[in-house]
Amino acid sequence: MSIISPGFGGRRRSSAPDLPPGQYLTHDFPVLSAGPTPRIPLERWSFTITDETGARTSWSWDELNALPQEDFTVDIHCVTKWSKLGTTWRGVSLDTLFENVESTADFTMVHSYGGYTTNVPLEDLLDGKAWIAHTFDGEPLHPEHGGPARLVVPALYFWKSAKWVNGIEMLQQDEPGFWEEAGYHMYGDPWREQRYQGD
Amino acid sequence: MTTGFELDGNAMAGDLREIFAVDLTEAVATCAGCGRPSAVAALLVWGPAPGLVARCPGCEDVVLRLVRAPGRAWLDVRGAVSLRIALPEESVAEGPA
Amino acid sequence: MTEARWETPSARTLVLDVPQWPGHLPGQHIDVRLTAPDGYSAQRSYSIASAWRDGGTVELTIQRVADGEVSSYLTDVLEPGQQLELRGPVGGWFVWRGAPAPVLLVAGGSGVVPLMAMIRARGDARGRQPFRLIYSVRAPQDTLYATELARRVRDDPGLDVHLAYTRKTPDDWLEPPGRIGVATLNTHGWPPDFAPDVFVCGPTSFVEATADILVALGHDASRIRTERFGGTA
Ligand SMILES: Cc1cc2nc3c(=O)[nH]c(=O)nc-3n(C[C@H](O)[C@H](O)[C@H](O)COP(=O)(O)OP(=O)(O)OC[C@H]3O[C@@H](n4cnc5c(N)ncnc54)[C@H](O)[C@@H]3O)c2cc1C
Ligand SMILES: [Zn+2]
Repeated sequence: MSIISPGFGGRRRSSAPDLPPGQYLTHDFPVLSAGPTPRIPLERWSFTITDETGARTSWSWDELNALPQEDFTVDIHCVTKWSKLGTTWRGVSLDTLFENVESTADFTMVHSYGGYTTNVPLEDLLDGKAWIAHTFDGEPLHPEHGGPARLVVPALYFWKSAKWVNGIEMLQQDEPGFWEEAGYHMYGDPWREQRYQGD
Repeated sequence: MTTGFELDGNAMAGDLREIFAVDLTEAVATCAGCGRPSAVAALLVWGPAPGLVARCPGCEDVVLRLVRAPGRAWLDVRGAVSLRIALPEESVAEGPA
Repeated sequence: MTEARWETPSARTLVLDVPQWPGHLPGQHIDVRLTAPDGYSAQRSYSIASAWRDGGTVELTIQRVADGEVSSYLTDVLEPGQQLELRGPVGGWFVWRGAPAPVLLVAGGSGVVPLMAMIRARGDARGRQPFRLIYSVRAPQDTLYATELARRVRDDPGLDVHLAYTRKTPDDWLEPPGRIGVATLNTHGWPPDFAPDVFVCGPTSFVEATADILVALGHDASRIRTERFGGTA
């Protein structure tokens, strides 16, 4: 039972008809983090896909930038209830990165600099559904927002779009990542409002 | 120097008090990463959203994670080797003989 | 809320009458939750400024933060007679329990609020513990509880208060404005061999910097208790 505070509006926000249930529209880009912001020099940056046999495919920063780049505009939905529509990014499609990776595993664990992890089923990363993004709104992605590069999987709540991403590990079975271990939903579909375990 | 965190374990007091019958911010958590003991109130806390992440002031490893949902809470303590909680003198436990 | 008063042009004390309040210890805080008519809600922690007396009220002092979602509502919109949703009192670590040791309090901005509860509790109990407050404020007009602190320095034996101004000092002030540094803590604090209990509270960056200096000056880290309010100084 909560007491309504007359005249309390809260942070500038509005509801919009085309948002997932329980979401509000925000116009800024809130920063949420679970630890110190890692600073990764570009010459030391790398991204690695590890398959279920342990075989690794890696890209340096220059190699990533030499791959075909895509500009994409997507809506993002954070589990803390803000949504931001029409955000513009540039990066590499995961279809490109997985082109030469042979795997029968259906699940993945996404890893980041700083130790963050999150699980995403492989099929949600492929077919034009996910990118490794390095540019936001025409500018290099700021470290606070996950730069040099972050995963962007717009169909899932934004905690799945790991900041400071540095690798994807293929798994035969689904395993929980950092927030999933602590109560958040294993899948995280905003349209089905899968915020917490059991939702 | 550690930067970027906003709060400390004092800010977890309200949620923890709702879950436990004692004040847990006074408890001493021993970090599983480096073995350093530290009052829960003195842990460095990132959050509040999506959850409170309390890290060791010595090595920055995660010690506690606290997620609040309507009607539920998750407290993940795998980053602590132990939590030492002071109790009133009367409640002396029987030790091994 | 039964009553409110302005402490400075940007900070307001709220006097709350809480049914079945169990009492509180100096240094504890409460969590306030505001809920908008559409269900959106926001929660923040606020220290209790008052010392507890049976049947008494609970006072909070809220510093308005630029663009602050909750603080600006509590300073500018909430009216006497209105209800607030709270949880508490909570926190048992950042608490002064009346030990005989000398005490050093170091406050940055609104970080003085829980320390004021300690000063008030000592005053109410006619405590004799040597107490020193070093209080960093931007400018004279930002000083919370200025009149009461001056009165207590006169009337509460063994209480000293030193104000440190970061932007603008009073006209006749001897020190230039600046952040609290080694010299201030050395001159106006207690020597480490007095083994004082130290309480540091304020914006996160202020608490970090102050605690580092105190340890460098030789204070025992285990006697330094800190509470970070968030934000930057
Ligand atoms: C244990 C505890 C006790 C506290 N006691 C008090 C108290 O007694 N009195 C009091 O006034 N506040 C106190 N605070 C701070 C309070 O909880 C809020 O953080 C503060 O009122 C700002 O909330 P807001 O919703 O107005 O601002 P928000 O809308 O959350 O933030 C607006 C902007 O202000 C910045 N900001 C956030 N917090 C602060 C801050 N503390 N100082 C400066 N800038 C900030 C943010 O980074 C942001 O840019 C306490 C905090 C804690 C953790
Ligand atoms: Zn540690």
